[in-house]
Amino acid sequence: MNCKEMEAKLISYTDGRASDAERTAVERHIESCAACRARVAEFHGVWSALDEAPALEPSPSFDARLRQRIAAEPRRSAWFGWLRPWPRLALATALIALLAVWVATPLVEAPEENEATAQAILQQDIEDYDMLADFEALSTLATPSGNETPAPAKDKL
Amino acid sequence: MARSDVQLMLGVKAGDEASFELLLARYRTPLIHFLGRMVKDPAMAEDLAQEVFLRVYRARAGYKPSAKFTTWLFRIATNLALNAVRDQRHRQREVSIEQPGEARAGEDEQPLEVADASPGIVEALVERDRAALIQRAILRLPEKQRAAVLMHKYHEMDYDQIAAALGCSESALKSLLFRAYETLRAELAPLVGEKAQP
Repeated sequence: MNCKEMEAKLISYTDGRASDAERTAVERHIESCAACRARVAEFHGVWSALDEAPALEPSPSFDARLRQRIAAEPRRSAWFGWLRPWPRLALATALIALLAVWVATPLVEAPEENEATAQAILQQDIEDYDMLADFEALSTLATPSGNETPAPAKDKL
Repeated sequence: MARSDVQLMLGVKAGDEASFELLLARYRTPLIHFLGRMVKDPAMAEDLAQEVFLRVYRARAGYKPSAKFTTWLFRIATNLALNAVRDQRHRQREVSIEQPGEARAGEDEQPLEVADASPGIVEALVERDRAALIQRAILRLPEKQRAAVLMHKYHEMDYDQIAAALGCSESALKSLLFRAYETLRAELAPLVGEKAQP
């Protein structure tokens, strides 16, 4: 261990939290390094001097004042208090409800949509029929009667 | 068997006021010690300690025992203290700009009265002087270093707890502590030298 590495171990060596291996390494180093030995002694000195720092004690009215401030805190209403422990459940329920509405929406609208589609098809058929009715070439053909049978295939040949 | 901090906090969460009283009894003094050393003004330290407990109380519903209670508590206390110290410094700067020549550092320090030099009084004065010197050396540390030293020295918190309370890595904390103790070593050299002599 060199002096730089020693710095990293100095705090845990001083506060007594160094592992056995770290402690042994520090002690081996300070045996041969007077500067680090002096520094370790001074760190120990600072560590024990800090015990003499004055400490502030709580005033006798501390608890009473805190209780007053807590009593002045706004209370949650009963329904909110009931809801509060279950915010995730409430959120999940809301999401499920939204999802259900979203999934159900196309099913509800489907009959209208089907009706609209059927009407469009019917409209197209009517337009096609009107166009065919106006087609001159067709008007020259004899209107087939119900008891006429189609011409035999050989006549066509 | 004493209930752990986490058990007590879960009790507070469930609406048990006695659990809050037990936490208050357990941490009132350590928090005031910490905050009293973080900020110079005792009244401010008490106000901050009150604020820490209020925040714990307000946060009870969302409390999850994911971190050690002490870490959480000291994190709140540290943040409040750091903000208070910065505000205090800002106000002092404003005052010194507005009233140059007033509010000089160290002006409020009490001079030692040595008119009656009987041995008991001299000892008490020396002791008071030493304590004041140590207190001043702590207060002169940069705020984050000060908080680190206080949690490390007086509250015996683990490195990972202190690092979590300060929001830094463990290696950054060790370097912070090293710099802080180096500063204290220089500041307290007269006391440390005295003590080292037989």
